[in-house]
Amino acid sequence: MRGIQQNIDKFTAAEVTPIAISVDSTEINRDLAQRYGFTFPILSDPNLEAIRKYDLVHENAVEDGISVARPGEFLIDSTGTVRWLNLTENYWLRANPADVIEKAKALK
Amino acid sequence: MKNNGFNWQIVLGFLLSLFAFASVPMVFSQWSVSTDYRWLSVGLFGIAAIFLVVGLRRAFAAGRGKISKITAAILTLLSGAVFGLFVFLAFFMSTWLPKSTGAPQVGQKAPDFTLADTSGKQVSLSETLSKQKGVLLVFYRGYW
Repeated sequence: MRGIQQNIDKFTAAEVTPIAISVDSTEINRDLAQRYGFTFPILSDPNLEAIRKYDLVHENAVEDGISVARPGEFLIDSTGTVRWLNLTENYWLRANPADVIEKAKALK
Repeated sequence: MKNNGFNWQIVLGFLLSLFAFASVPMVFSQWSVSTDYRWLSVGLFGIAAIFLVVGLRRAFAAGRGKISKITAAILTLLSGAVFGLFVFLAFFMSTWLPKSTGAPQVGQKAPDFTLADTSGKQVSLSETLSKQKGVLLVFYRGYW
């Protein structure tokens, strides 16, 4: 997400809005946004509504009873169609922002 | 060659192991993680191992006391344990992720949703898309 913020101007120029989603509360997200200066929407999904729709629920990931989203990135065009996605196999590794921006620029 | 005095190699090897262990989370939390920094840590462990070997040879050379040998052995074992834990976390535990075979694929419709942003305002995917060329959705584990 820091990679996205560092490149926020490029996303704005491509008219692509980054949206981050996790199970964290709006309070935690507010602190996070303030601490790192995130200017894109950070949404709170404590009941796993969107996370379940995208089949990204990581059951009992932290400890029993606490399920979170597994990392996943989706580039969606204005018709609501997925144009690119990245489901990392190791949560220490994420997509390169430069690659994502190239894909974002190609959207019509 | 005189072989007494502080066995700094063994201590440095141990400290380097701890640093190598801490380096990935440090990098992970400070910078974007598009580069595979795990190998940087593996390299640091490699350097630590060189110092540990030199330190061990020194500790077990003639003229060193029992305490020196025991300390060196313990620090080396601890370093090995730290390396083992690192390999487990970085290469095994972090891959225990659901397959997510039901995730929308390229060309498929992305499910719509409405969720609260940091100010409590409801944000929906469809509404955001109506004003933009696209949206980059980033699901992340969170900080709880």
